[in-house]
Amino acid sequence: MNRSIITGQRLAAIFLLGCVLFNYPLIALFNKPGEIVDIPLLYFYLFGAWALLIGLMALAIERRKE
Amino acid sequence: MLQGWVIASVSFAYLGVLFGIAYFGDKRADAGRSVIANPTIYALSLAVYCTTWTFYGSVGRAATTGIGFLPIYLGPTLMAGLWWYVMLKIIRISKANRITSIADFISSRYGKSQSLGGLVTIIAVVGIVPYISLQLKAVSNSFIILLNYPGIVMPAKAGAQPLLQDSALYIAMILAAFTILFGTRHLDATERHEGMVAAIAFESLVKLLAFLAVGIFVTFGIYNGFGDIFDRAELVPKLKALMTVADSGASYGSWWSLTFLSMLSIMFLPRQFQIAVVENVNERHLARAIWLFPLYLILINIFVLPIAVGGMLHFPDGSVDADTFVLTLPMVERQEALALFVFIGGLSAATGMVIVETIALSTMVCNDLVMPVLLRWKALRLHEEQDLSWLLLSIRRWAIAAILLLGYIYFRAAGEAYALVGIGLISFAAVAQFAPAIFGGIYWKGGTRQGAIAGLTAGFAVWTYTLLLPSFAKSGWLSLDFIKEGLFGVTLLKPQQLFGLAGLDEISHSLFWSMLANIGCYVAVSLRRRPDVVETSQGTLFVDVFRHTEGAGRSRFWRGSAQVQDLLPLIGRFLGPERAREAFLAYARRHGQTSIEQLQANADLVHFAETLLAGAIGGASARVMVASVVKEEPLGIDEVMNILDEASQVRAYSRQLEQKSRELEAATAELRAANERLKELDRMKDDFMSTVTHELRTPLTSIRAFSEILLEDPKTNLANRKKFLAIIVKETERLTRLINQVLDMAKIESGNAEWHTAEIDLHEVIEESVAATSSLFGDKRLSLDMALEGGVPKVMADRDRLIQVMLNLLSNAVKFCEADRGRVAVKLSAGGDAVRVDVEDNGPGISEQDQRTIFEKFRQVGDTMTAKPQGTGLGLPISRQIIEHFGGRLWVESSPGQGATFSFTLPLNREGDTRHEERTEK
Repeated sequence: MNRSIITGQRLAAIFLLGCVLFNYPLIALFNKPGEIVDIPLLYFYLFGAWALLIGLMALAIERRKE
Repeated sequence: MLQGWVIASVSFAYLGVLFGIAYFGDKRADAGRSVIANPTIYALSLAVYCTTWTFYGSVGRAATTGIGFLPIYLGPTLMAGLWWYVMLKIIRISKANRITSIADFISSRYGKSQSLGGLVTIIAVVGIVPYISLQLKAVSNSFIILLNYPGIVMPAKAGAQPLLQDSALYIAMILAAFTILFGTRHLDATERHEGMVAAIAFESLVKLLAFLAVGIFVTFGIYNGFGDIFDRAELVPKLKALMTVADSGASYGSWWSLTFLSMLSIMFLPRQFQIAVVENVNERHLARAIWLFPLYLILINIFVLPIAVGGMLHFPDGSVDADTFVLTLPMVERQEALALFVFIGGLSAATGMVIVETIALSTMVCNDLVMPVLLRWKALRLHEEQDLSWLLLSIRRWAIAAILLLGYIYFRAAGEAYALVGIGLISFAAVAQFAPAIFGGIYWKGGTRQGAIAGLTAGFAVWTYTLLLPSFAKSGWLSLDFIKEGLFGVTLLKPQQLFGLAGLDEISHSLFWSMLANIGCYVAVSLRRRPDVVETSQGTLFVDVFRHTEGAGRSRFWRGSAQVQDLLPLIGRFLGPERAREAFLAYARRHGQTSIEQLQANADLVHFAETLLAGAIGGASARVMVASVVKEEPLGIDEVMNILDEASQVRAYSRQLEQKSRELEAATAELRAANERLKELDRMKDDFMSTVTHELRTPLTSIRAFSEILLEDPKTNLANRKKFLAIIVKETERLTRLINQVLDMAKIESGNAEWHTAEIDLHEVIEESVAATSSLFGDKRLSLDMALEGGVPKVMADRDRLIQVMLNLLSNAVKFCEADRGRVAVKLSAGGDAVRVDVEDNGPGISEQDQRTIFEKFRQVGDTMTAKPQGTGLGLPISRQIIEHFGGRLWVESSPGQGATFSFTLPLNREGDTRHEERTEK
């Protein structure tokens, strides 16, 4: 595999972003009763952030130049 | 319709399909057309991570902790972001060393230590067996529940059934047979099972589709979408609580520790290592898997909470175990086909996990536990056996059967003590103990064998004390007293509140203490001494793998003597003589030899043999076996350090060398061009010599001929005498002119010519030249046009030399013009900072090719060897030299048939002149 340095750094940055998104204190912000489009707030937030991470990783991987 | 025989036959049909896929995959692999050489298949096969623990257990965990089931899947998603660095490195190392299991990896890193490999194997087996029993339990339970359709009956306690009526026993036996068929069909030097991977990828697809099917059915079939389910949940306080996590430090702490735990598990569970590293076909596949695998995880988790909420709304009294909601919800809604599909999905989750996990464990048990013992056991006389490959295969088969049997025994014994998810996390915590030794091993050269052993032992011991023993106690095997009172009644030793640490859940608690002990011992013991020779060399090969893979760096650390006729039979004993010969022959061909006999038993070959053997029996045993037939001279630690220093120096030198060789190439090219030029000049000189001698000979011949006539015939009349003497004089003049020109050229060229520079009027020069050549024009009856601009400034030049140039150009024009019809025009003009003179004729013109050469010395238009040359070939070169001496330019414009125009310019100031003087002096 082409060990492109910039791709590795992008993925590492996504990893760090995920560490922040999935941890205290950010999840505490959403850890309360309430709903967005009929879906509980925390549930919506976690899956949204999760999907965002996967999207970013796909972008980093598939758009790299080999 | 869901009678026992239907369920059983559908299950067997499914297993048959799996086997068909595996068989097809193996056939294709043998034919060299791999079906799994595809990043999507690789990502799907990685989803072996999702076992029945995900399939049934996630809903169960969601029913008690709400969103708390998610960290198990968020961790791998995060870890995938680091795979680019970490996993790629592990894959590269494993391919370079033919590593076949996680035990092999750790033991290879720390000096190919057999004891370390054994320790890792024991931890893996102890940690994973409960996990396997969990799969048996899930399949057996789901089978019993489905069997009772349409009733919803929870299975009785496992141990309650008589042994022979226990479906789990039969499931274990079938799975064992199936795994043996899959995993040990033949002994592969790389331990890759392409067919199995294809089947696992298929299973991942089946379990995902089954789970999505039941999720969609529950969410949109039973209820009216997500909104409906969550609205109903809002009304039940118990369900409402599931939508948030308890807002306390401890719950965030355990959230984090579960995420961390699953990050390590996705790397170091033996089945994940097997699929991600050992079975990896091409490391490029990893890139796609980095996002495709998390995508799989998010898909299989979307419906977990809706199913859990839906189940709890459906069975509010708690009579139905939440772990079974996935199956019982379709059943209670009378969806027979869906229920059967869900059962198959659960079966695929279980079989996938059991197959890969037992294959991985059996490889470890065989290579790192059994073989080292057998090979040391002299009484077995194994060293006299010619072919041991059957032994390896049968050890693996027995190991598979034994592991599944252990799983079954644990299942019978542990019974219902724990919910599914509990057992899974205990296994996760066990394999997390490998993390310090592996991460340390691939990024830190200082780790030593004793350090790794100490860390693993300490971590494993703490894990056993804080997680495994309490789980035994809860199963009723041990007295619960030591949990409540602490060991020997010492409160500080309570296994779940060690040293009084309270407020954490049991997993986080155990993870903290075991990691502390593990990392602490690993680092502290490693730092007690410098790594020894083997540890240093292996450490370098692992840590700097991206630098060493391309070169022959691997054999640098070996010195000794060996014989091909010793190595070949040794490899043959484990791989089979035929395969060993093939491998050696391929090696010989790669090194430019045609037969095995020609091979030199050097360090490279010894390494090749050891790596080959490592693929079959593990790195540690391979080292011992190879050492038994070769004579190795041990390297001192200083020598190893020297080699490493040398290596970096060699790299620097090779960079310099490349630089030098590039420079050399450039110089060579220049030299070659110069040489070509010289050869050309030499050839031109030869041509010139022949031209000149020819020219010299012609007048000489006539001079001699007429002189002889005059000498031998005194009676020649006066008229003839005069005529002959006139010819002799004319020919002599011609000779003189020729010789003068050659000398002139030589003088100009060598810079010895005399120049009488003065201000001169070009007008005068031209008129004088025209006057001097007017007789030539008259002879051929040519017309001459003069267009001389008035008031042209004077230039600094040598008057005689300029006349020489003009005479040359004019006589050339005359020479090439046809008699009577010829026309020559002379123009003088001033423009900018130069004066310009043109001499135009209407002769035959000069082809483009000739235009380039006529200014070169000794060149004449036309073939000098056949046609009689029209001059010496020096006129134009001399003219150009003269003009350039005064800073001007002489050139020709012409096209064939259109005549030619020779032009020159002379600068008005003297700058060009001085510049030229400087240049000629060089």
